[in-house]
Amino acid sequence: MSTSDQQAPPPRLAVPELLIGIGLLACAAAVAWQTLAIPVSPLYSKVGPTVFPYITMTGMVILSLLLILAALRGGWQPEEEKETPTDWKAMGIVAAGLVANLVLIRPLGFTAASVIMFVLICHGFGSRRPLRDALLGLILALAAYFGFARALGVNIGAGFIENQLNAAINAIIAMVRG
Amino acid sequence: METLNQLAHGFSIAFTPVNLMWCLVGTTLGTAIGVLPGLGPALTIALLLPITYQVAPEASFILFAGIYYGAMYGGSTTSILLNTPGESATIVTALEGNRMARSGRGGAALATSAIGSFVAGTLGTLGVAFLAPVVVKFALSFGPAEYFSLMVLAFITVSAVLGSSSVRGLTSLFAGFVIGMIGVDLQTGQPRFTFGIGELLDGVDVIIVAVGLFAVGETLYMASRRYAGKDEIVPLKGSLYMTAAEWGRSWKAWLRGAAIGFPIGAMPAGGAEIPTFLSYAIEKKLSKHKDEFGTVGAIEGVAGPEAANNASAAGVLVPMLTLGLPTSATAAIMLSAFQSYGINPGPLLLTTQANLVWGLIASLFIANVILVVLNLPLIGLWVRLLKIPAPQLYAGILVFATVGTYGISQSPIDLVILYLLGAAGFLMRRFDFPTAPVIIGMILGPLAETQFRRAMTISNGDWSVFYTHKLSLTLLTLAFIGLAGPHIWAYIEHRRRRGPEHVPGDA
Repeated sequence: MSTSDQQAPPPRLAVPELLIGIGLLACAAAVAWQTLAIPVSPLYSKVGPTVFPYITMTGMVILSLLLILAALRGGWQPEEEKETPTDWKAMGIVAAGLVANLVLIRPLGFTAASVIMFVLICHGFGSRRPLRDALLGLILALAAYFGFARALGVNIGAGFIENQLNAAINAIIAMVRG
Repeated sequence: METLNQLAHGFSIAFTPVNLMWCLVGTTLGTAIGVLPGLGPALTIALLLPITYQVAPEASFILFAGIYYGAMYGGSTTSILLNTPGESATIVTALEGNRMARSGRGGAALATSAIGSFVAGTLGTLGVAFLAPVVVKFALSFGPAEYFSLMVLAFITVSAVLGSSSVRGLTSLFAGFVIGMIGVDLQTGQPRFTFGIGELLDGVDVIIVAVGLFAVGETLYMASRRYAGKDEIVPLKGSLYMTAAEWGRSWKAWLRGAAIGFPIGAMPAGGAEIPTFLSYAIEKKLSKHKDEFGTVGAIEGVAGPEAANNASAAGVLVPMLTLGLPTSATAAIMLSAFQSYGINPGPLLLTTQANLVWGLIASLFIANVILVVLNLPLIGLWVRLLKIPAPQLYAGILVFATVGTYGISQSPIDLVILYLLGAAGFLMRRFDFPTAPVIIGMILGPLAETQFRRAMTISNGDWSVFYTHKLSLTLLTLAFIGLAGPHIWAYIEHRRRRGPEHVPGDA
């Protein structure tokens, strides 16, 4: 934690960094709360399940205090990060895509939810051709569902589209077999 | 020559058609994800972890190792042509490589990095084959106290010594510890950090953490950075063949790079940043063409660091296979693949799983041959991958992220955790916290806890085991030096420059 030789720019409080430090302190408090909730049997009293959580909590408290100290001294953001403004709108649309996926994956199934997420994320990144994106998303989601997931033996919730396609595939297989 | 016999046996396993197919799939996939910005080997292997329920351990590790090596080759292509290093290990390659591409020598830069990767990768793999049995002999004498101290050393080097700030690195590591502790404590059966949520009793899957930090976090970050300047792809000009002079300037750099990269990678510190930067500095010093550095691009500045990068990637496998000690995010996820098979990597791995280990090492030699073919004659294919537009690339990554996460247990809670970790990943990326220590902390933390409790149980609760055992004390001392050394040194330098009369502390 050596300070620079030039004392010219007075250290200014860096608010985002301070919030991160405080957030970490809150996390340490949550760790402490959850550690206290672990019942300790006297059999394991020497090195029970709480020793490591307490060590971790202590470490987190020290680290968050060091982060808060660094924030008070002007923070640590790299210059180029500070200079580039954050595109909140783009991030918001991408986040909306994620939330849409989360909400819709149960009722609509994986493919439909993925297409909606795909279109929203593309829009967030500046693509302005939603129909083409939807088509691309559909192809990719189906490839992921029938290729990746099937190959890995992963079971993803099927929705309307998957059920229809599964039924169609089964019908074709039945037909081929005669 | 015990090792040569074992290696020959390994080749007989690796050369079966099925395993050759896995090797080909892995290297191709690895090159592709190495080329694509935003995708890395850690994320890819995490997404493919469910394959461990489907195929034999040999097959999945040959696949994973192919991805791991392939990503190293592919990453350099992106650095050279796009100047966007996919990973911290290829930052140095971009320095000279991109300048070479701009001055029309991109072909030679790609060739020296691919052939250099091959030379160093092969030497590094030989190093693994011959060093691993030696480390095993040494490691067999380790008790729980030594293991714990060794892990402490690895924690410190991975998070505090490498990277820009020890405080932020350790913060990431401790976050990983907390995630790793979520779930039922295996020794007492007590639930920990579950916040009363039933889904958390099984713990948080490493897939979710890796995908959240590397895929969701990265996507959010890239979306927020749209105002930042964009890098242009430099069109590939000139032949892929190096002139005699370029060969002459490259081969020594390859060997020096391999000699620097492998030992550093094989240490319980790991990391490819230090060897690549070191190799770059050495090549710059030794070069007869210093004027080309930073201007038109010097071929030594690509050849050396690329070789160092691949040799250190091979070196990382030594502590992973012999001690069960992962020192990179990718190695940590491979360790969790071992756990998924119920295999404990450690000194006994080489004897109990000889087929797996030697088959894997043999397949790495084959992977290197496949990769040099994939990355030189077929380079045009990979250049085309670079042209995938960012919107569709990131949207596609998240579709696969959903498959990987939701497929674990079809629980929307998993998606909630994924997105929360994604938000954390975004903040970490934005505020310069390293992400690899989170993965290492969550995988290695519980193992360290087990060793710690084992050591304390054996010693009857006496803490002195950690410093009365000579080896353990040495390891802990090294860890302490790693943590405090740079600060003490900086403090001494600081005082010497400012003179003793200015007492620091009033700042």
